[in-house]
Amino acid sequence: MIRSLIDWLDSLGPRLYTAFIEADRWKLYLQGLGTTLELTVVALVFGVLLGLIVAMVRTAHDQQRPGRRKNPLLGLVNALCQVYTTVIRGTPMLVQLYIWTFVILRAERNKVLVGFIGLGVNSGAYVAEIIRGGLMSVDIGQTEAGRSLGLNYLDTMRFIVIPQAFKAILPSLGNEFITLFKDTSLVQAIGGMEMLYYAFTLGGRTYDFMPPLIGIALLYLAVVIIFTWLQGKLERRLRQSDRR
Amino acid sequence: MIDVQNLSKSFGSHLVLDNISEHIHPGEKVVVIGPSGSGKSTFLRCLNLLETPTSGSITFEGREITDPKADINAIRRQMGMVFQHFNLFPNMTIRKNITLAPVRTKLMTQAEADDAATALLRRVNLEEKADAYPAQLSGGQKQRIAIVRALAMKPKLMLFDEPTSALDPEMVGEVLAVMKELAEEGMTMVVVTHEMGFAREVGTRVLFMDEGHILEQDEPHAFFAHPKQPRTIDFLSKVL
Repeated sequence: MIRSLIDWLDSLGPRLYTAFIEADRWKLYLQGLGTTLELTVVALVFGVLLGLIVAMVRTAHDQQRPGRRKNPLLGLVNALCQVYTTVIRGTPMLVQLYIWTFVILRAERNKVLVGFIGLGVNSGAYVAEIIRGGLMSVDIGQTEAGRSLGLNYLDTMRFIVIPQAFKAILPSLGNEFITLFKDTSLVQAIGGMEMLYYAFTLGGRTYDFMPPLIGIALLYLAVVIIFTWLQGKLERRLRQSDRR
Repeated sequence: MIDVQNLSKSFGSHLVLDNISEHIHPGEKVVVIGPSGSGKSTFLRCLNLLETPTSGSITFEGREITDPKADINAIRRQMGMVFQHFNLFPNMTIRKNITLAPVRTKLMTQAEADDAATALLRRVNLEEKADAYPAQLSGGQKQRIAIVRALAMKPKLMLFDEPTSALDPEMVGEVLAVMKELAEEGMTMVVVTHEMGFAREVGTRVLFMDEGHILEQDEPHAFFAHPKQPRTIDFLSKVL
């Protein structure tokens, strides 16, 4: 028992050497981490833009003044947005990625690009619901005050409602970022060369999966911890207007 | 100035305003009183279309605002509104609260609006709060800011929806003083309130509402001295 533990510890050094240092393999992990971060950021920006549009359409539709004729175009777009959030939130991320790769974008060779699209479209649906919740959480009196001053709907949203909603949704948005960051590992399954892809390939090449997999797990963890810390700082900063 | 014809408003099957016709003349200070649920706030909120009337028409300076084609934003710029819960924008400094609307609606440049804000804040003795955030102010201070925020748009008419109801008693006076000063300058005002002293002192006309109707109205001294309707007498006996 103790003997085998000592043997295991003894072999650890060479295994780590093979996994990370030999043939400058650590560069590949960093390259993978770069792609992973790129995937996260691009998909999140894409998702937030998409989510913002969807959330504004849904909120504008729900806030139409009762009694007046409804805007038919808005009704149609709203229906599309509802279908979008329902389908995306109701199907697994990996299945969506496969559909993008093997059904919709079959000719696309750049699998990371497919990953951007798949993750972005996926995250948009979740972000839309987060933003919609945030917009609805802002007291209706704020909108009324803006409108009663003669501001139009878009200005009222832009200067009054959205900034307040943003502060309210920041924790959920941070959570979405973390989820998305980890979900980028699914892009490995469609051949996107992100962090897990390199770990897996190197594991196969050296016949030793433990060091690369534990290694990238620690990298994922480190990024999440750093991000959480940054998010806390931002939240404290946004709370500036709350101090008494 | 404002002409209301056959205004009705219902929320679902609940009829809140029942066929109200009323005219508000320039320079008038109309005080609307009545028990809660009588429809007085809804009446006020219909005047700038924060509530959409179910039927009837409202005309402001010759333009029908209930017409679906009316430019509601342009009309609202000429009517200031003060809310029970102040509704200051918590994400902006006081100065920004005041200057946002005049600048965005191109009424003033940012520099002009900043000057106007300073002058307005001086008027309510809150100059030193220009760079504070709403959360740092007392209720009375917030409401005085809300009043000057509306005034920054240079409105022709001011609507007050129970402006002192959410205040601690000792802060009511400072807000009423600002409103009184505004009245003395000749502003046309419609005020929904429970402050009978204010109604008596500042109002030029008192409307008593009950169950969606304007039950009785008169010039304040006569109204408080000789109410005619039994419902009015009953209400006044409880609040005075």
